[in-house]
Amino acid sequence: MTLDLSLPTAHDDSKAPGKTSKWLAAVPMAFLSFTVGIPLIIIFVYSFLARPSMGVGVIWKLDLTHYVKIFVQDKLDGTRSFDTRYLKVIWNSFFYSGLTTVGTLVLAIPVALWIATRDPRKRILLVFLVTLPFWTSILIRTYAIRQLLDEKGVLGKIATTLGFSDNFQILYTPTSTIIGLVYTFLPFMILPIYASAERFDFRFAEAGFDLGARKMTVLFRIVLPQIAPGIIAGIALVFIPGLGSFLQPDMLGGGKTNMIANVVANNYGQARNWPFGSALSVLLCLITLVATLMISIAARKRKEAKV
Amino acid sequence: MKFFTPKMGAAIALAAVVSLGLSACSSSAKTDTAASSTEFPTANGGEVNLYNWTNYIDPEQLKAFTAETGIKVNLDTFDSNETLLAKLQAGATGYDVIVPSDYMVAQMVTLGLLENVGVASFPNGKNIDPNFMDVYWDKGRQYSAPYMYGTTGIAVNTTNAAANKITSWKDFFAADSATSVDVLKDQTEVVSAALRATGVAAADLCTVDKSKYAAAQKLLEGFKPKVIDSDGGIERMVKESSMVRMAWNGSVHRMSTDNPKIKYVFPSEGLNFWADNLAIAKGAPNLDNAKIFINWMLNPKQGAVATNFTGYANAVLGSGDLLDPAIKADPAINASPENAKLATPTPNCSTEARDLYTEVFTSWTSSQ
Repeated sequence: MTLDLSLPTAHDDSKAPGKTSKWLAAVPMAFLSFTVGIPLIIIFVYSFLARPSMGVGVIWKLDLTHYVKIFVQDKLDGTRSFDTRYLKVIWNSFFYSGLTTVGTLVLAIPVALWIATRDPRKRILLVFLVTLPFWTSILIRTYAIRQLLDEKGVLGKIATTLGFSDNFQILYTPTSTIIGLVYTFLPFMILPIYASAERFDFRFAEAGFDLGARKMTVLFRIVLPQIAPGIIAGIALVFIPGLGSFLQPDMLGGGKTNMIANVVANNYGQARNWPFGSALSVLLCLITLVATLMISIAARKRKEAKV
Repeated sequence: MKFFTPKMGAAIALAAVVSLGLSACSSSAKTDTAASSTEFPTANGGEVNLYNWTNYIDPEQLKAFTAETGIKVNLDTFDSNETLLAKLQAGATGYDVIVPSDYMVAQMVTLGLLENVGVASFPNGKNIDPNFMDVYWDKGRQYSAPYMYGTTGIAVNTTNAAANKITSWKDFFAADSATSVDVLKDQTEVVSAALRATGVAAADLCTVDKSKYAAAQKLLEGFKPKVIDSDGGIERMVKESSMVRMAWNGSVHRMSTDNPKIKYVFPSEGLNFWADNLAIAKGAPNLDNAKIFINWMLNPKQGAVATNFTGYANAVLGSGDLLDPAIKADPAINASPENAKLATPTPNCSTEARDLYTEVFTSWTSSQ
């Protein structure tokens, strides 16, 4: 590869073509600080405050016990012990989100590569088809999946006809939660991988074949390294939001496969314990931050390895 | 009293028991005199903002209100009392008529979130069933008018042998997972039912005795329902995906309309009675229109329209004649006197007791 030495230097480049003024960036930055930053600060502050004796919300009194309560359980028999319940929920979140990432990755790579190797006009249509699910609300689509997986629904009827109907139960199991999550997040994996794959010059792959490499060698040594930025972006877009999933465990998992968002929701709802719900949310943020850092470190390592 | 005539003394019995039970509870309602003027406002156009539960009022009924009074109704919906409370406590303005449940009215009155408009003195205040007049959450009906009321019991499919044997919460929680049991995603309902099943008396459901909760927790340990949720239950019971479900009586009425094999069981240890109310949020921008709306809803005809839509009973005298015969004949809604006696108000517990509910519920849901 040739080295690009003509990069513009840092001095006043706002007038260069394609560059914008920092003031144009200020508006979205302000919007983001307002809609993301302030709620985060509120949650953070709430997690250190006490509960009112009546109603909901917080009172302005320092209370540090919420974080302790995540790990220490005051049992009903009066003893205290290490609390595994919330850790289990956090583990669930990681496990389901991780499985979703693997599932979407396995499904998305072939699809993205296939789309990228069609002729340009067809590609536009195919990308359009990938985004088709966004046309309706996620809630409606989840209801539809519920109908599909129901033992009295389409899949159930097929199972009955094929004669293994006795114990056909996918809906309201962890499997159902994962199917729902993979379905929901699949486009977020396909699109960035496709974006990378589209830029990949498939003549390199052909050259590999011509030089006698086997299919798998070409895939793993030539194609995948080239589309890795898309894969990493896809992992970030699936794994991180996946940690905070609420709808799929609630509606498809039958309320039994609790992820952290479901527990936070109960604390903001019937349990009327906003500070504890906030403490759990802060923990979720920290976990997400660690996950993001890990992904970006992986991305940087890959870049460094290339250079 | 037409609604409660001949064989429907049942409803009276239910209401009477409820009234006794409710009055027995400590009253947190302030009884300062009604702030309303003697003149009831007359409709003069404008609008009223109604904040109601999802799918809990007939849209046609709202159109009829607008046609009669010229007042436009803006409907917004919520999904739980806690959501409603959170909105009002956060200082949300713009809500006129809200629909809190019993215990939530009591909380809101104490927190000063409701307007004292002297509902009982409204022109149609006389239509409020006397049994619903001196309720613990609003003695003498200063702040709120009764809307719908019902119970939380058990729906069973009578063709399933195991399901058909269920007569108590104890049976319900012991049900084999092969029977396909659903339960409401509601910590108050689940934990109070478990407390009842382990022998806690109705009056003691807000106990702070930890050993009682430990027993309830032990009972729940083996309880693995197929689904824990608050919606979609009607459909699953009708399709027979589930054979047993903790359910509200009005929803069981809808189930049995579509699938006559489903019946409502009043658990022998007793069950929770709840009552929703029409109230006016403090600082309501359309106070007069809100009063006009509540007064209009206390008309027997409107009470009947509401019941026919929701499948729950109302407490408006004279609405009985206008009810759908299927609702009148349903023992889930018009309970027999024996069954009516089993209903006691949904416990309105202290923070300390509610934390114990949360503890039991969290342990149970995380062990699923």
